[in-house]
Amino acid sequence: MTQSVHPVPPDTFLWEEMLPGGCHWSGLMRRGTALRIADTGGRANLSALFVRADEKLERYNMPDTLKAQHTAMLTRGHALYSDMGRVMCSITADTRGWHDTIGGVSTDAGILARHGAAPYQTHRNTMHRSAEDGLLIELGKYGLGVRDLMANVNFFSKVTVAGDGTLHYVPDHGAANDWLDLRFDMDVIAVFSAAPHALDTRADYAPGDVVLTAWHSGPADAADACRNACPENQRGFYRTDLLYR
Amino acid sequence: MTTFNLVESKLTPDTAVYDQVLPAGEGWLHPIRAGQTFRILDLEGNQAVDTLFYSADDFTERYSATETLKQDALYLTAGSRLVSSRGREMLTITADTCGRHDTLGGACSAESNTVRYALDKRPMHSCRDTFLKCLWQYEGGHARERRAVGAFTKRDITANINFFMNVPVTPEGGLEFADGVSAPGKYVEMRAAMDVLCLISNCPQLNNPCNAYNPTPVRLLIWD
Repeated sequence: MTQSVHPVPPDTFLWEEMLPGGCHWSGLMRRGTALRIADTGGRANLSALFVRADEKLERYNMPDTLKAQHTAMLTRGHALYSDMGRVMCSITADTRGWHDTIGGVSTDAGILARHGAAPYQTHRNTMHRSAEDGLLIELGKYGLGVRDLMANVNFFSKVTVAGDGTLHYVPDHGAANDWLDLRFDMDVIAVFSAAPHALDTRADYAPGDVVLTAWHSGPADAADACRNACPENQRGFYRTDLLYR
Repeated sequence: MTTFNLVESKLTPDTAVYDQVLPAGEGWLHPIRAGQTFRILDLEGNQAVDTLFYSADDFTERYSATETLKQDALYLTAGSRLVSSRGREMLTITADTCGRHDTLGGACSAESNTVRYALDKRPMHSCRDTFLKCLWQYEGGHARERRAVGAFTKRDITANINFFMNVPVTPEGGLEFADGVSAPGKYVEMRAAMDVLCLISNCPQLNNPCNAYNPTPVRLLIWD
């Protein structure tokens, strides 16, 4: 597959893969590689989990990510922390500006209630799939399961919180060909499910496609914007670097 | 100014079937049966009570922050349902004199303390250490919950509730650790819809001003 959507420098290009809406993907991403993740149609939601490749009890941790950076959403400059005080990956570029960290995953029961039944027998690969189903299938390929299903990231989706604590899903957040760059700061198994967001109220089941473009970015250097975004991240990156000395 | 929906309980401690004080820094793993009511009483005020729930029948079904948030409300208070990873109601908050409880802040750990405060904070006691100690020690007091020691592990520690903690999110997506809204004598009370195991770390955090750097005991009560 040739590079598309938002090409990376050719001398660093590794591979590219299209993840159709509703489908799921996982893979080993090594420290110093990056994914350019593009929402080609403007309607994608990419539910994501991250697991340390050589110690699967170390996982993406939503509360630690939010607390360290005093944020309830993710965008450029943010690090995604494991539960062991290390940075698993970080967002080095972002045209969408807001990625959800609190909305969780759509479930089979939720998709059935919202969109009705659309099984493989009648719909083939356009069958309705939930984000939870996709994540659990991919986790299962590494011997992981429901005990490893943690609070996840939903790339490209926006959920805001009003003063009284009410959550609001923003249905028309962003545009076609929005993208972000996710740099991997540890050797990580990335687990993705491109199914609809749990709080998406739109009646049609039409999850958007995602294009993944992998390249060699190199690890975060001393001047890296994510590393230096706050003192917490400087300590988090330092602790991560210790793993690779 | 946000107004809280404060609901008082009709239950009195003299009829409780369980009544214990849990000192700061201690853990608690205890069954709560379907239909029982469980109260956490903040004895001295602004103590964070880091709490997780597991189905007593199958501990892989557990409290889920994100399933609970699907009620479209970030903070917990009277009327909030605590929902499991399988989308089922585990408990419902039936009384609350504090008014707001955190679902996002999670538990402190030695490792996150090094990130949040300073690299040399690692030796300090933390909630995750307490959680891990409770999980490996648990043998189960009743036949239905009796499992081999070590059946619960770090794998089962997920995003927890912080009762009595105030962690507001701004409309712009910022996360704040605000002054506590609790006070001595405030409590939260919940009724179990299924048999659950409740795991508590009574937080020993000494780096955060929201508890005035003074972790304090709480009182735990159960009624049939």
